[in-house]
Amino acid sequence: MASIGRPQPVSTAELVELRLRGATLDWRGHLLQGMLLTSLLLALAVLAILLGDIVLRAIPVFTERPIEFLTGQLSARPQRAGISQGVIGSVLLMGFVIVLALPLGIGAAVYLEEYAHDTRMTRFIGTNIRNLAGVPAIVFGLLGLAAFVTLLRLGNTLVAGGLTLAVLVLPIIVITTSEALRAVPTSIREAALAVGATRWEMVRSHVLPYAAPGIMTGSILSLARAFGETAPLLLVGAVAGTFSSSGNPLGQLFGSYTALPTVVYNFARESKAEFRALTAATIVVLLIVILLVNATAIVLRNRYDRKW
Amino acid sequence: MALEVIGTDPQQSLVTVTTREADESPLTDAEVVFDVQSFSAFYGGFRAVRDISFQVHKNRITAVIGPSGCGKSTLLRCFNRMNDLIDSAHFEGKILYHGVDLYDPGVDPVEVRRRIGMVFQKPNPFPKSIYDNVAFGPRVAGFRGNMEELVEASLRRAALWDEVKDKLSAPGTALSGGQQQRLCIARAIAIEPDVILMDEPCSALDPIATLKIEELMRELKENYTIVIVTHNMQQAARASDVTAFLTMGDDRAGYMVEMAPTARLFTRPDNRLTEDYITGRFG
Amino acid sequence: MDGGQQGRMTAGNETFPQALSVADLRLDPRRRRREWAIHRLFMAAAVLSVVISAAIVVSLVGNALSFAVKVDPAALWTDGWFPRRGLYDIRTLVAGTLIIAGVAMLIAAPLGIGAAIYLSEYAKPRTRGVLKPALEILAAIPSVVLGFFALTWISPNLIQRISGAPLFNMAAAGVAVGILIMPLIASVAEDAMHAVPAYLREASFGLGARKRTTSLRVVVPAAISGIVAALIVGISRAIGETMIVAIAAGATGGSLFELNPFRPGQTMTAAMTSLAIGSDSVRGAALTFESLFFVGFLLFVVTLGLNLVSDSFVRRVRERY
Repeated sequence: MASIGRPQPVSTAELVELRLRGATLDWRGHLLQGMLLTSLLLALAVLAILLGDIVLRAIPVFTERPIEFLTGQLSARPQRAGISQGVIGSVLLMGFVIVLALPLGIGAAVYLEEYAHDTRMTRFIGTNIRNLAGVPAIVFGLLGLAAFVTLLRLGNTLVAGGLTLAVLVLPIIVITTSEALRAVPTSIREAALAVGATRWEMVRSHVLPYAAPGIMTGSILSLARAFGETAPLLLVGAVAGTFSSSGNPLGQLFGSYTALPTVVYNFARESKAEFRALTAATIVVLLIVILLVNATAIVLRNRYDRKW
Repeated sequence: MALEVIGTDPQQSLVTVTTREADESPLTDAEVVFDVQSFSAFYGGFRAVRDISFQVHKNRITAVIGPSGCGKSTLLRCFNRMNDLIDSAHFEGKILYHGVDLYDPGVDPVEVRRRIGMVFQKPNPFPKSIYDNVAFGPRVAGFRGNMEELVEASLRRAALWDEVKDKLSAPGTALSGGQQQRLCIARAIAIEPDVILMDEPCSALDPIATLKIEELMRELKENYTIVIVTHNMQQAARASDVTAFLTMGDDRAGYMVEMAPTARLFTRPDNRLTEDYITGRFG
Repeated sequence: MDGGQQGRMTAGNETFPQALSVADLRLDPRRRRREWAIHRLFMAAAVLSVVISAAIVVSLVGNALSFAVKVDPAALWTDGWFPRRGLYDIRTLVAGTLIIAGVAMLIAAPLGIGAAIYLSEYAKPRTRGVLKPALEILAAIPSVVLGFFALTWISPNLIQRISGAPLFNMAAAGVAVGILIMPLIASVAEDAMHAVPAYLREASFGLGARKRTTSLRVVVPAAISGIVAALIVGISRAIGETMIVAIAAGATGGSLFELNPFRPGQTMTAAMTSLAIGSDSVRGAALTFESLFFVGFLLFVVTLGLNLVSDSFVRRVRERY
């Protein structure tokens, strides 16, 4: 019996007394606990090293030429390279995702949870969406390339990129919204229907308001994820090199465009040593946005987490 | 002379009764609201209630009693088509409401529920203000009049106005259990229904709140027809005019054993099963 | 409720006639039309998801088949993957993918499951409240950032120190992918362990078992389906990872068949990226362009298969509890 161990040269009564007083002989247990904690802390240590290393590398850029870095355009010369095109591109792309993926995703989830009967077709759609959520991002890039760039003849424009990202994020929004809707107690639905409300009146007045915090959290987290996506954008033609843009921010809608993550990729591939600092600085901007967005979502979730 | 049951002693098969003033109007005179004709309810292949036939009369309180699991709630929920929410539910037979088959394809369940309201076992006020709880039903039904008056009138009829008149914007969920249930009654009344269905409305409440609701029921029956499902025999005996006794058959489907004016059912039941149930020999 | 009853609580029975007709129990036409329209609207949104799936499959299969038909079979078994020269050695890509995924799992599996056991069984609520969000921050880091980290820190400071590897190598990329998927594995595994009902643990403690016995011999076996699902999800994610490899594993444009993790290599995903951002002449060359979809199709099938298997394991967990 492993837990009792080999007979100790101590009387049973003393053993029990030792155990009860919390003085444990269980060094194996402590070792295990230590090892488990180490796994966790090791990962967090890597996180700390990563953040530290990047911030350190980025400091020269922010101390020497912060404004030019943030407002300048891409250039082969590190002293002049800036990320403004990436910032604008990312903002525009997020606009597409918000306008397209959110309504469609939430609508699909509402249908699946509130309207659809439990049929094979409904289950099939549900499985379909779950599988889509697990497809690697780059495959969505292929879809975008075939359907938006080539078939719809949108070419390598931001519109194609925006559509691609929207499609990528859509399944995740459906899933998180579905979960939020499922958390609404059935008793509320029954009460609303029993008072003579139609299904939509019930959903609009009671289900959606109740689920809104969960839906918002899920949507915001999905946006944060889309903000950091690189591979699909590369496949649909976001520029990974340098290009010049006119002063008009909307110019990127129909011409060459890029996004912050692709700028990171671009800088990371440059062999000139000065570009290391630039890459790190761009990453800092990227991470600040992503972490801020994530934090907002979590704060929102905690604030509205109520127990009825 | 009507008898009122105030206690049962299963050990000695004793039923303690006292007299109370009878509801003098003969029961069969009142108009028929529900005419249930050989009605059966199924969940998929499983029959939950079998061949039920009876009538519910206007402005009476009809109680449905019986052991757990015999389909009382299922039957009740068929009256306002709440069982439509369950995909596998289907039915045989008819329930006529003022002569119209409730399950006629031309009948819209939303309109049915506007006329036949329901109060649930566990009070379920909306997570909104007391005012909004009561106002929701009339709003969706298109009520264009003075909402504040309607809310006040509904809350008064549910004997809740005095307790909440100063805090109408407080959340409905902040009230006590008994108050929440009365709020749910006010909410049901606000749409001016014809019938109020009650599914074990007091089972989650303490005895004092229970008595308040029973008192309320007696007042409400002047204006509404009430059908109440209850586990609590004493409650059925105290509060109802007519009682139907359902039990579970060998096929696990519920069927109606007997239905009679309450006083008679509890003192001189026709059926042996009924007598066994009310004296506590089973269930 | 019409205008005639404004503000007046009528007794219920006065408003209704003795008998009704079916027409009386119909819904107001405006409300009914609105319900119908909204129902159709939401349904369209749901159907769109199916359309998207179909579009993915069609776009992949179409071009992949076209490639498979046109390609010279000899070109599929050469020294390496050099698509611009017409050499389409798939083994190179598969080998690279498996090596990097393998290195990643070597790192992520023990760390992830260890962290999951700690968070689920040992951590006090306060500790959990600090460590779990920290792990979520790690999960939020985009892969392109980890790719840069792999190239500039992991490779020189870890990999190159223990071997004579060049700066671009698969091991560094593999480690970074491991860091990427570790929070994912930890999260799924922890959910599975959390789902183990309290009474099982209590029964074990009641028999006098220690914490480590309960955790390892009771909770982990009970949650094993979920843990396996976590690992499969991890592998799937590792196989689908692109940017880390594209930045740190070297081999843009072409790569020799390579089994040594301390050398540069190419995965299916990074190969696709290289192809796509190549010069325009690649787009024009039909076969090379189609090879992109061929690889994408392979990737899609593999990850889909893995996800379906993982789903079946998750279903098993749900069924038990």
